[in-house]
Amino acid sequence: MSTKIVETITLECETGNYHSFCPISCVSWLYQKIEDSFFLVVGTKTCGYFLQNALGVMIFAEPRYAMAELEEGDISAHLNDYEELKTLCIRIRKDRDPSVIIWIGTCTTEIIKMDLEGMAPKLEYEIGVPILVARANGLDYAFTQGEDTVLAVMAHRCPDQELPIGESKETKTKLFPFPLLKEKNLVEYANHPPLVIFGSLPSNLVSQLDTELRRQFIKVSGWLPAQRYADLPSLGDGVYVCGVNPFLSRTATTLIRRKKCELIVAPFPIGPDGTRAWIERICPVFGIEAQSLEEREERIWESLKDYLDLVRGKSVFFMGDNLIEISIARFLIRCGMIVYEIGIPYMDKRYQAAELALLQNTCIRMCMPIPRIVEKPDNSNQIRRMRELQPDLAITGMAHANPLGARGIGTKWSVEFTFAQIHGFANARDVLELVTRPLRRNENLDNLDRTTLVRKNNELYTSTPVK
Amino acid sequence: MKLAHWMYAGPAHIGTLRVASSFKNVHAIMHAPLGDDYFNVMRSMLERERNFTPATASIVDRHVLARGSRKRVVDHIIRKDKEEGPDLIILTPTCTSSILQEDLKNFVDRASIISDCNVIFADVDHYQVNEIQAADRTLEQVVRYYLEKSHTLDQFVTDAPSVNIIGILTLGFHNRHDCRELRRLLKDLDIRINQIIPEGGSVEDPKNLPKARFNLIPYREVGLMTAMYLNKEFGMPYVSTTPMGAVDMAECIRQIKKSLETLAAPILSSKRVDYESYIDGQTRFVSQAAWFSRSIDCQNFTGKETVVFGDATHAASITKILAREMGIRVSCTGTYCKHDAEWFKEQIKDFCDEIIITDDHAEVGDIISRVEPSAIFGTQMERHIGKRLEIPCGVISAPAHIQNFSLGYRPFLGYEGTNQIADLVYNSFALGMEDHLLDIFCGHDTKEIMTKSLSTDISPIWDPESRQELGKIPRFVRDEVKRNTEKFARRKGILNVTVEVMHAAKEALS
Repeated sequence: MSTKIVETITLECETGNYHSFCPISCVSWLYQKIEDSFFLVVGTKTCGYFLQNALGVMIFAEPRYAMAELEEGDISAHLNDYEELKTLCIRIRKDRDPSVIIWIGTCTTEIIKMDLEGMAPKLEYEIGVPILVARANGLDYAFTQGEDTVLAVMAHRCPDQELPIGESKETKTKLFPFPLLKEKNLVEYANHPPLVIFGSLPSNLVSQLDTELRRQFIKVSGWLPAQRYADLPSLGDGVYVCGVNPFLSRTATTLIRRKKCELIVAPFPIGPDGTRAWIERICPVFGIEAQSLEEREERIWESLKDYLDLVRGKSVFFMGDNLIEISIARFLIRCGMIVYEIGIPYMDKRYQAAELALLQNTCIRMCMPIPRIVEKPDNSNQIRRMRELQPDLAITGMAHANPLGARGIGTKWSVEFTFAQIHGFANARDVLELVTRPLRRNENLDNLDRTTLVRKNNELYTSTPVK
Repeated sequence: MKLAHWMYAGPAHIGTLRVASSFKNVHAIMHAPLGDDYFNVMRSMLERERNFTPATASIVDRHVLARGSRKRVVDHIIRKDKEEGPDLIILTPTCTSSILQEDLKNFVDRASIISDCNVIFADVDHYQVNEIQAADRTLEQVVRYYLEKSHTLDQFVTDAPSVNIIGILTLGFHNRHDCRELRRLLKDLDIRINQIIPEGGSVEDPKNLPKARFNLIPYREVGLMTAMYLNKEFGMPYVSTTPMGAVDMAECIRQIKKSLETLAAPILSSKRVDYESYIDGQTRFVSQAAWFSRSIDCQNFTGKETVVFGDATHAASITKILAREMGIRVSCTGTYCKHDAEWFKEQIKDFCDEIIITDDHAEVGDIISRVEPSAIFGTQMERHIGKRLEIPCGVISAPAHIQNFSLGYRPFLGYEGTNQIADLVYNSFALGMEDHLLDIFCGHDTKEIMTKSLSTDISPIWDPESRQELGKIPRFVRDEVKRNTEKFARRKGILNVTVEVMHAAKEALS
């Protein structure tokens, strides 16, 4: 890009007194993703109650998830950790017969220095079920980074790539009846080194992104994680990897350093702009010229028109929760929204480099100032700033939604973006559906003509006196 | 270590935080790692609280592990003191940080010298007690702290009959509705309410607690310790009979009368309330429950069996109501309040066939599937178990769910409570004419009709991959996706539905 950089991105850092979910929450989506897994969270009642209450995981996940609840004897080291875990894992193997047991270490196992990594290989050998250890603790990580810790350990278990290049050119017959490739009934993949994509997405999203890349004749040789533990992709020297989630910096590092893979640093496939940029970054790596992406992006924007009219000129404030903030903010700026602040629990500038660059370019293109990016935000300070800025919408953790709403600010839970399907071209609509819902809802309520019941203009005030 | 899937009662710090955030202008600080502060989420979401929950975390991270947290905790207390201006700050660890065994008491002493507000450390053993016990203890601790602090205590009791209601809490099961019902009851009995703690009370209030003539403890889970403390220190009588169900209502009111008479100080009141005639009138005319149980509607209860499970207060009261007021057989009653097992067994031994004391939901599930009752009265967990076994369940106890924070008035206590409970019981069974009609028309299920596609001459053919893809779509939208995809395929003249067609359909139709 030849555009002159008018503004540079700066990161601020605050006190870190922010509210976010515990990283063990990754269990709630990973157990669904990896169908033959069993997640054993080794922690206290506090951990279990969180999963049960804040995420409602427990009862529905029961077949493939459990807590190993640490009791007083465990904490005071009166009981033998190894024997205790062995009893539980044997029971799990007997009842559920999983292909892999994933131990999720918590703050408590960190504090009592329980040697999970030391015990796992021994027990794995003894009971014959692979055991992985991920330290998804709140001392070091926030919310979605739990997935990062799990994928990073899972990467170690991926088989080594044996035939790096020179795989026989694969031909697949597919009926492909769309105008885009109408004349082609046969889709051929270009001859290229293996590409593995990392990040946990629901399987229909996986297949959508696979299809996008197939249109560019790129074959995805595997995903980390795969639907089944047994189907982990082969990794090794000469294998290219690319992430789909912005919070996977540890996994990326592991793939580069331990598995000697080549990382394709790309923006994340969120929003039509991001998805296009993601594909455009991958194509040249394999010497492929990306085809008809511009028209495709254009078509998607065209189809979003009704939503764009709603959001244009509206302002949004990200309090910071799930680490997807930059990508969503970039997409919303491209949609014509004004982003006042992007709070984010943690930022790996190297892993997010391409995304940050795209954010910068998007701001230039849309003639917007680059929003303030605040790492480790302080919620009280943010609320104070919001009182001044009066955003139309705050994307926030669940604890603040009702209070902000009561102060006349439209709110959307950030976790919804974690759980909704937001990746790829077609799903850009779902992001805007979420974003516009509070705006449309408020409009509906205003139209009820009972505005005297609620405050109309966005007046934010706190109930407690501010000194 | 034990394998756990579900907890009936939360960890100790939740109890402490519930007490703290029930009081007005009290700030709670958790000494906890990131993510342990989900209490705020529960309170904000369940109570639909408009204010920011006054509970924050002093974050425990690597830095704290290496250096100790004294500075951070003290700084945080002082900051919140300045920002929020609370009357009291309560510091609590969580299960996690309590292992660090830092001298939080010392931090609190240090901070209270500098800060304007009072600061206390919630003294609870996080591995010995659960949420309920911790709430009980913390409430007692706060009351004791303020009573011991105020040296010039006004010891005189009120001239008029007066009462404190102790144990109404935020996130409590129908507590707000119950509280309103109790106010009404006490007004009818011409008893002035001196204090209600902790919900909505100020921490300055406890020092006026001894002015009341007696204490009323509606739920024995939280408040009993406080009542016993006040009894010991100030000789205040207390009533801990839960006013739930017509029989216990009468019992509770009679005990209230007795408590008012125990104190030597004469009661100066303009009105003379005849307690017995009040009980009689309310039981027979205000509460419809007694009549309703005897009406023809309820003949269908004949021979029906139930299983009851919940906290000690609710499980015991509901069991008694079912057995002695509605004539329904209770096959098994249980509670997860293991610490209160003796009282519980004593209360219900004559009203059910079997008693179970456990906090393992699987055990409760096993009993339910063995007994196969016509209806269950339990917690959200039993409702879930019931769903799997296709047995209806009325929810009568915490752990609470968003459904238990209804906007409408649904008390469990008082005479209106008897009506609500009767409704709940009646509606939980498939009854009367409905039962009869279901037999004739073979059930409620109309699923078959719903999934049948609208008649079309040619249906596109789904290839195995797309069929598999369809299977991955959540069930509740699957039919819609299938219909839309086929509609799209038909319009485009596509005969075979592939995964690509599905994606294209989503793009085109969304």
